[in-house]
This record gives sequence, structure tokens and C-alpha cells, in this order.
Amino acid sequence: MRALFALLFALGLAFPAAAQVLEDPPVEFPEKLEIGISTDEIAISSDFRGADLTIFGAIEGYDPALLTQRKYDIVVALEGPKDNNTVRIKERIFGIWVNRRSMTFELVPESYSLSSTRDVETIAEPAMLNGVGVGIQHIRLSPVGFLGDGSNITEFREAFRRLKESGGFYQRDPGGVQFISASLFKATVKLPASVPNGTHVVRAHLFRDGVFIAEKALPLRVMKTGIEQMISNAAYNNSLAYGAFSVFLALITGWLASVVFRKD
Amino acid sequence: MEGASLPAARRFRVSAAWPDEETRRRAEQVKRLLDKSARAGKNIADRGIVVTVYLPIAELSVNIFIILGMGAAVGFLSGMFGVGGGFLITPLLIFYNIPPIVAVATGANQVVASSISGALSHFRRGTLDVKLGSVLLVGGLAGATAGIWVFSILRSIGQLDLVISLLYVVLLGTVGTLMLLESIRALRRAANNQPVSLRRPGQHSWVHRLPLKMRFKKSKIYLSVIPVIGLGFGIGILTSIMGVGGGFIMVPAMIYLLRIPTNVVVGTSLFQIIFVTAYTTIVQATTNYSVDIVLAFILMVAGVIGAQYGVRVGQKLRGEQLRALLALLVLAVGARLAVDLVATPADIYSVVSEGVYR
Repeated sequence: MRALFALLFALGLAFPAAAQVLEDPPVEFPEKLEIGISTDEIAISSDFRGADLTIFGAIEGYDPALLTQRKYDIVVALEGPKDNNTVRIKERIFGIWVNRRSMTFELVPESYSLSSTRDVETIAEPAMLNGVGVGIQHIRLSPVGFLGDGSNITEFREAFRRLKESGGFYQRDPGGVQFISASLFKATVKLPASVPNGTHVVRAHLFRDGVFIAEKALPLRVMKTGIEQMISNAAYNNSLAYGAFSVFLALITGWLASVVFRKD
Repeated sequence: MEGASLPAARRFRVSAAWPDEETRRRAEQVKRLLDKSARAGKNIADRGIVVTVYLPIAELSVNIFIILGMGAAVGFLSGMFGVGGGFLITPLLIFYNIPPIVAVATGANQVVASSISGALSHFRRGTLDVKLGSVLLVGGLAGATAGIWVFSILRSIGQLDLVISLLYVVLLGTVGTLMLLESIRALRRAANNQPVSLRRPGQHSWVHRLPLKMRFKKSKIYLSVIPVIGLGFGIGILTSIMGVGGGFIMVPAMIYLLRIPTNVVVGTSLFQIIFVTAYTTIVQATTNYSVDIVLAFILMVAGVIGAQYGVRVGQKLRGEQLRALLALLVLAVGARLAVDLVATPADIYSVVSEGVYR
């Protein structure tokens, strides 16, 4: 790795124009983060009631002095597939509760499971966390479209986070990351029972004394298996055949009943 | 109107000395039957027998016994009263936290199963007017298409659940009140020992002055197609937005408004219901992906079995007091939905992701 950097550095000297592209944090910080999971695909059956996923990782190029002072913090997030999410608020109109105002947030993860060496809020300043987009309170929630009055963004963001957390889709485990040797760590993230189907991302962040210095991401495919998923796939991918079969099933059931229970 | 036999329920006369020995004995039987099933249900609950089944489209796990019980109870009532039951099953599913969009689409699918045996037997007996049914169906399919379009718009602006609930409150409230008033009047007439008779006001109304008339041989009427298509259209909208067959509106409208002879009314309305609900199921499945086949199948099986027992009980016990009971049940379901609309929700915020339904 060092040799590669040396080579790139040499290239940078030779071609000054290319050097600008290569101006990246790794040059500033010697620490790097490596993580690994035993699989890149998880099959989930219909009786899945939630599980823990263990991720191993190591800090490379660390400063031993800082490590003994516990200046390094690791935050591991399992981000679910992303989709636009709409938050709606009900208001009372003529005595009836009606959805009135709404706000759509662009491409937010459907699920989010966070594990860290300590409470994320104490690891770094909110501004730093917002910049990285790590932590339930700091996930990027950018509204779609024009906003007439920006003052109620906070209200919708807070409602979104609260609803996702109370629904079990967003979870956090301060203390879920543990060092098992000097620089080797183990992170446990929870897969909720309602874990969405699709490509998730395991994203590990390294902080040094409150400063974000390195990140490493791995994809993880969650595949639901079993008859329920087959039905669901058919409903979405072959909807015409699925609808026709539903009708056929109803006709057969009704007809069979009239044959079985015929009195004459 | 010659040869038109009155519905059996109307021929029944209640004596002033109601309840007499016979009725009381039968009521006792029904009570025992209900007690027995309630005990069976309680047994299952007491032993903690909970068999959960995952509904792939509603995306939630439910206790299969609750869904079976719901289907059987509604099937029993629909057999007893000769109604489709869609207008009871959909609100019950909503009470059990099934998303309204799934409840409505699945309700339409369930109506196909609960109507087919009736439609077949009317077809065999020849008590349905295919020509009249086809004209109704033209309106019905157009109405269902328009309804699904409205449904999708309401869903995208987040007002679908509200509109479904509101429509149910209005519909159940109106139908329940009318039925209750009618049965009270009939009970009072019976108490005064007057014969129960079908109302026959003036022979022609504005409906019969409309153009585009067509001869329906089977029904022995000469009628404009405008009100027929209009009625079919309205019922089609109800099927797609509320997941009901609409027989409980269509039958009275055909008898009182269009003056179609009663012997073909039920068969013809079932003919239209089968096709419109089947069409709605397929269109809901392709546009909103909201038909839950697992939920529908459990409901269907329980429903058709429950209906068989309902029919038997209904044949023994029939009369105005029974219709008053159904009216009260309909009103109770409507009131419960109304309370949910007015009561302060546990959380005034809600979140939905775009990829998923609703």
C-alpha cells in the first residue's frame, strides 16, 4: 500500500494536473479502516424474528499512544435500501382528523441500525456528524421540491426519526462496538424482524478525537425466501397473472363450496 | 309485474303475539350455536393457540384464527341475510390494522367467492336477465375503471384512508338507518295485524321518460339504458373504492327505481357483481399491487363455509326483527368507523415510503 502511495505521489509530481484529483484525506491521515463480514448475502425465511449481524474490523496505521488514550471511536451503521419517504401531519377539520401538510425526504434508508463504541452524540460535534451523515439524529433528510416555509423542516425531520425509531426500523446500540485486541474490533448490528428486502450497506466510520478520518463500506444483500416472498414477488412482477389467479382461486373456492354443500 | 313473486322475507308475517313459542325456540337454538362457537373461540384463546400467518402484501403477521373467525362470522351473516358481506369484511379488516388499501382490494376478491355460488344457481334456474346484466356491466366496468383512477390519485395525495372511512360511515349510516326505519315500520304494521305489502307507488316516474329505450325480454320491461348504465357505473365506483359488491344498494334500486321484476333482480345483480369484482381485483392487483391472496383465501374459505350455516339459520328465522338486527349491526360498524375519524389519533404524524403501497 505504501508503495502504491509512493507511486501515486511520484506520478503527482510528474503530472501536476493529476495531483489535484488525488488530493484526498488518506494523505492527511495515516489511519485506515478495514472491515469484513462472513457473507455478502443473507437469506431470511418467513419466520425471521430479527437477528444480530457481527462485523469484524481493524484500524490500520493507528497511533499507539492515541489508542491507549481511547481517542479512536468507531461507528458502524447498517443502512437499508433507500427510498423517498413522505411524512404527513394530521389536522382537525370539522371535527375529523385529516392529513394536511406533508414533506417528502429524498432517498432515506428504510432501515438503519447503528452500533458504536459509545453514544454517537458524545463522539463528535453535531456539525461533524451531520456532515458525515452518521447517527439517527444526523442522517441526511433533504426535502424534495420547493419549500414555501422552511421553518417546519425540523418538525417533520423529528417526526420522521421518532416514527422510524418507534417502529423498530431505526435502532442504535451505543457500546455495540468492542475492541477485542489493540486495533481489532467487533461490531454487532441488529437486523430488525421487518428488515427490508434489497441491498443494504454496512458502513464503518472511524473518528479520531472527535474528527472523522476514515470510512469503509461493504454491500450486504438481504434476500427474503419462502412462499411469502414468492407470492410477494409474483404480486409485484407478474401482477396481471397474480390478479387473474386471485380471481380464479375465488371462483374455484366459491364453486367448490356450492358443490360440497349442495343439499339436493 | 305479473308473475313476480315477492321476496320470501316480505311474505313472512309476524303475529302480534311475537315472540311466539316457535320463534323463541329457534332463537334459543341460534343462541346456543353462537355460545358454542364463542366457547370454541375462547378455548383457542385460553390455550394460547396462536397460529400466525404472514400476509405478504399487507406485510404483517396475523393470528389465523382471528381472520378465520372474521370470515366465518361475516359469511354466516351474509348467508343469513342474503347479502354479499363485502361491506362488513372491509371495515373489520381495517379494525384489525390491515391497511385500508389492502382491505378494499382483498374485499373485492372475497366478494367474487361469496357471490359465485348464488350466481351459478340463478343461472341454472334461469332467473337472471343476461341482456339487462350486460348493460349494467358496461356501466359497472366503466365505473370500476374510473374508481381505480380516483383511488390511485387519493393514495398519492395521502387521503385514501380518510375517503374510504368517510364513504363507509356515510354508506353504512344511510343504509343502516333506512333498514332500521323500514323494519320498525314493518314490525309496527305486523303488530297492528296489517298485511305486509310491497309498496307500489305511481306506475311511472322520471326514470321511465328517459330516451334510448331498450326491450329486455326476460325482465318483460321496456326501459331506457341511461339509468341502468348509471346505476352500474355508481356500483362500479363503490366496488373499486370500497371493496363491496354493492348488491345491498343495487337490489333496492333495481326494484324501486327501475321497477325490474323481483324474480330476476337478485340473479341479474349477482351477474354484474361477479364480473365487476373480478375486474376490480385484477385492476387493483396490476395498478396498486394491493390484493393479498393469502388473506383473501383464508377469508373465502371461512366465508363460504360460514355462509352455508347462515343460510340454514336464515331459513328458520326470518322476518322484520332479523332485518332490524342487521340494521343495528350495520349502524354499529359505521359508528365505530366514525369514532375513529373523530377521536384524537395516537400520533398525528405518519410516514410512508414511496415504493410501498398507500
